[in-house]
Amino acid sequence: MSDLDKKLYKNTFKTSQTSHLHPDDEQCLQCLEKVCTIICPAKVYNYNESEKKLTVSYEKCLECGACRIACKYIKWNYPEGGKGVVYKNS
Amino acid sequence: MSESSKTDVIVVGAGPAGVSAAITVARGGKKVVLVERGNFSGSKNVYGGVIYSHAAQEIFPNFKEAPIERFVNNKSFMLLSEYDSTTISYKNSLTEDGSFIALRAKWDKWCVEQAKKEGVYLAPDTTVRNLIVENGDVVGIETDLEKFYADIVILADGANSLLAEQIGLKSKPKTKQVVLGVKEVLKLPSAVIEQRFGLIDGKGAEFKIAGGPLAGLFAMGLMFTNKESVAIGIGASLDDLKSKKIAPYELLEDLKHHPSIAPLIKDGELIEYSAHLIPEGGIEPLPKLYANGVMVTGDAAALVNNVHFEGTNLAMFSGKFAGETALEAIEKNDFSANMLCLYEKKLQNSFVMKDLRTYKDVVKLVSGRTESFLGYYPQKVNEFFEIFTSANGIEKKSLFVKFTKNFFCKRSLAELFSDAITGIKLIFGVLK
Repeated sequence: MSDLDKKLYKNTFKTSQTSHLHPDDEQCLQCLEKVCTIICPAKVYNYNESEKKLTVSYEKCLECGACRIACKYIKWNYPEGGKGVVYKNS
Repeated sequence: MSESSKTDVIVVGAGPAGVSAAITVARGGKKVVLVERGNFSGSKNVYGGVIYSHAAQEIFPNFKEAPIERFVNNKSFMLLSEYDSTTISYKNSLTEDGSFIALRAKWDKWCVEQAKKEGVYLAPDTTVRNLIVENGDVVGIETDLEKFYADIVILADGANSLLAEQIGLKSKPKTKQVVLGVKEVLKLPSAVIEQRFGLIDGKGAEFKIAGGPLAGLFAMGLMFTNKESVAIGIGASLDDLKSKKIAPYELLEDLKHHPSIAPLIKDGELIEYSAHLIPEGGIEPLPKLYANGVMVTGDAAALVNNVHFEGTNLAMFSGKFAGETALEAIEKNDFSANMLCLYEKKLQNSFVMKDLRTYKDVVKLVSGRTESFLGYYPQKVNEFFEIFTSANGIEKKSLFVKFTKNFFCKRSLAELFSDAITGIKLIFGVLK
């Protein structure tokens, strides 16, 4: 487990069955910067070079919306009501 | 439409802006539904550490009964270089309750409990997907499950106001218009916190931090004391993180390891890691604050004073003004933009818009000279104090001459000129 995942593990998440984050796979193929893999504070996005596909670990999303602003091709929405991260000490 | 699916006012988002709007409407005797996507109010909220009593008092005269962690009596500014730091602390023993620290999960929840007592109907676990627009008027909301109608909808749905974007009140922010905040909460015994931060009687401390690992970025750090934990975080321009390819959590990790910070949080056990976007208030184009049947408040309207790290107080006042406007609109049975412009007038006449106007150029100017204002000059402050506070058998004059020479040599005249002009613009921008 990465150091970041250990941090995220301390949070409470109510995981939804479906992802609320939808990158555009076609655009990812052409994208050189892959800025989503850098600026996301939970490292939700990882690019799998062998499969040429962006993996989206939406279950650890902190719902900040940084990826929505940094990449115009990610379709971003809020998780369904009551789901997602539950902050208790922030 | 059935009567059961229609109310006077719907407020989307039960943060400080939303709850203030809703309670104002309820106090005016009108029906109001407060919709919250989280399991409870506060469960999605992250902030920079301080709630101002003047705003809390305005909405909740009994706010001192709320679950408050600590009233703040140590407000510190820390300038970091690589291995040293200079801190300026302001403490006032007469007025110690001007601001306080609270855990949002408890504070926001308490606020909503008060609102419910005064007649606000809370709908938790509810994400609003769309605004219902008929003939150019916002007439209701659509959730995952149903449609719900109201004479007025007040948007208090935070920095990512998808709803305000949906109806064209604002465009999606650019990376330059938002700051990404990440924060850790580290558990420590209360006595240890008080000893390390020099606190007594349960009072608290808040720190604003510049330089060090954040040098050269449009970024600031913050640290504040809860009752039994210390929160430490950074806020960095998303534009800088993107263009310089910096992971926000690495920046925070570097800040935590700074020799002036590390001893304060030593042995703190991580209990929560959070992230949130902060709108850069006052930057053009400003969001439109109202349209037929709808008003936008708080972070959703980018009502944030980044110079003073103020947001919750602007949010609460904007919510209150929107609530008051809704009451007048209902009274006159007029929900048009023409009527709701009263909301903007109220904001313009208050500290909210006056302050945002005062500082409208500051962010733009400083973000253009971050290397200077948030890097080079903090470092020079530390160099000065290193000389001033050290004795090493070398005559002081030669050290100061060297310092002064260095100050100018390491900076091209053009850079110094540009900084000086920026400084003058800042002062005149604020005072004009």
